[in-house]
Amino acid sequence: MHSRHDTLGERVFDVANYLFLTIFACVTVLPFVYIVAGSFTTEAELAARDFFIIPKDYSIAAYQYIFSSSTIFRSIGVSIFITVVGTITNLAFTLTMAYSLSRKDLMGRNTIMNLVIFSMLFSGGMIPTYLVVKELGMIDSYAAVILPGAISAFNLIVIKNFFQNLPPGLEESARIDGCTELGVLWRIVLPLSKPIIATFGLFYAVGHWNNFFSALLYLNDHLKWPLQVVLREMVMLSQLAVGDMSNMDPNFVRPPDQAVKMAVIVVGTVPILMLYPFLQKHFAKGMLLGSIKG
Amino acid sequence: METTAQASDKRNPQRPLPVRQKRSWTTRIKKDRWLYVLLLPGLLYFLVFKYLPMWGVLIAFQNFQPFLGFWESSWVGLDHFRNFFGNPDFVRLLRNTFILAVYDLVFFFPAPIIVALLLNEIRVGIFKRFVQTMVYVPHFISMVIVASMTYVFLTTQGGVLHDLIQQLTGRSFNFLADPDWFRPLIILQIMWKETGWGTIIFLAALASVDVEQYEAAVVDGASRFQRLWHVTLPAISGVISILLILRLGNFLDNGFEQIFLMTNSLNRTVADVFDTYVYFVGITQGAFSYSTAIGLFKSLVGIVLIFGSNYLAKRMGKEGLY
Repeated sequence: MHSRHDTLGERVFDVANYLFLTIFACVTVLPFVYIVAGSFTTEAELAARDFFIIPKDYSIAAYQYIFSSSTIFRSIGVSIFITVVGTITNLAFTLTMAYSLSRKDLMGRNTIMNLVIFSMLFSGGMIPTYLVVKELGMIDSYAAVILPGAISAFNLIVIKNFFQNLPPGLEESARIDGCTELGVLWRIVLPLSKPIIATFGLFYAVGHWNNFFSALLYLNDHLKWPLQVVLREMVMLSQLAVGDMSNMDPNFVRPPDQAVKMAVIVVGTVPILMLYPFLQKHFAKGMLLGSIKG
Repeated sequence: METTAQASDKRNPQRPLPVRQKRSWTTRIKKDRWLYVLLLPGLLYFLVFKYLPMWGVLIAFQNFQPFLGFWESSWVGLDHFRNFFGNPDFVRLLRNTFILAVYDLVFFFPAPIIVALLLNEIRVGIFKRFVQTMVYVPHFISMVIVASMTYVFLTTQGGVLHDLIQQLTGRSFNFLADPDWFRPLIILQIMWKETGWGTIIFLAALASVDVEQYEAAVVDGASRFQRLWHVTLPAISGVISILLILRLGNFLDNGFEQIFLMTNSLNRTVADVFDTYVYFVGITQGAFSYSTAIGLFKSLVGIVLIFGSNYLAKRMGKEGLY
């Protein structure tokens, strides 16, 4: 590990470096661990102990409480719906447009590319976009959180460049065999592009799951709120009266606010952490792809 | 286009030119009709959700009334801009936006570079991968959760970090409401969330450094710090300058969601930046035209910054970004 050329100073640096990076890794992860531990404990323990990662008194009261009414379940359902439908919409819009723009002989291609690039430099801004969505009658509908972001211009350009670099021979032979453009896209181009579709699908999906602001802007009806908006209401604005204790054991004591908040945070974080192995792999790839070609 | 038409005209002198042109135009569309069908949804998306709002910024020069609509609302010229520049809020917003951007540049921007360099010095592969796996996690967590965790940790009502600091210093800090703590919190949050992820691009650049360069440096008797300075750092200086230019190009874009989430009635004086102000004035108070004017002002400054930084990059002999 240490080469013989290492001086004392270099060894001290090495030790300090390992120490620093270990602390850095802990600082990123320990807050989650504490939140999970805190969500499973009792009020007495939360008040008595400082930082801990293993609770002494286990309690699932916080979870019983937040799942006692339909609010959390409903918002999770909404978030899943928006993520699934939104990602499919994103991919359908982005892939079709990227494919047609990848064909260099297409008339009007340059004009449209310039339109796309200009939209990255200048935008109408929040209020005009809001007014357009409102005029289209989409306020309080899920279309408002899905359609206005259907294509990311950046992703579109990266995917278009990827399609352009596919070997042209396969597409041509399919065309000679009588395949229509739709057939070429569906049977040749998309199967060759599975990795990049997975990458950008995950990009879009994480964006939808984490999206908070479109929902706040366009969904006034709190029954339609996705998890992120409900989470903010509960944790940051302390609107904690979500539980429905009418069906519960009369001895059930309402868990402490802090534990309820932690439990909600855990519920909002777990899906992302479960996907994390995929995310880490595909995101890093996608990010480098974008930085090279974008 | 014209030259091809003339060339084909020479080859087929009998064929009249205009008809030929028209036919080639229609046949090209006909040949590619499926491509245009595929293009249509995306094109409509850009026209409706990107270009219609761009046209809609014209309400910045109107007294837009929702019940009158765009065509019936009266035009007021530059009144909203004049009002805004004369409003004390303008200076405050400019100040807040600028200070946050400078803090971001000074404290957050170098962080991933330093961590990447430190990771690069690690020679135990498994430890390096372990650290990377850990520090990438927060990138995928939503800003709502980051802000929520900050609240849970720092609340004066039993936040664990607040209590620890109280024990250590003997003082109770109200981190979440005190305006003095707003900017440090924003920067710490973003450093916590994005430093690890930001290392990826630098690590990729470092991975492409030729091992022979290091070996040659060792043969020449270079110490590790000399190797870091003379081999490693030059290898990533290109990436650093590109990212710096990109950052300068959107200097005014403070993280909207983050600032919105961390804003409360007690820290508004330092928390308000252009984007959040547009939301509060436009959506909450319904002053559509006035807030659109503010947004337009910010977009125009943004364009100047993007082209300015790109020009700067070209002057410095770097490849421009556009």
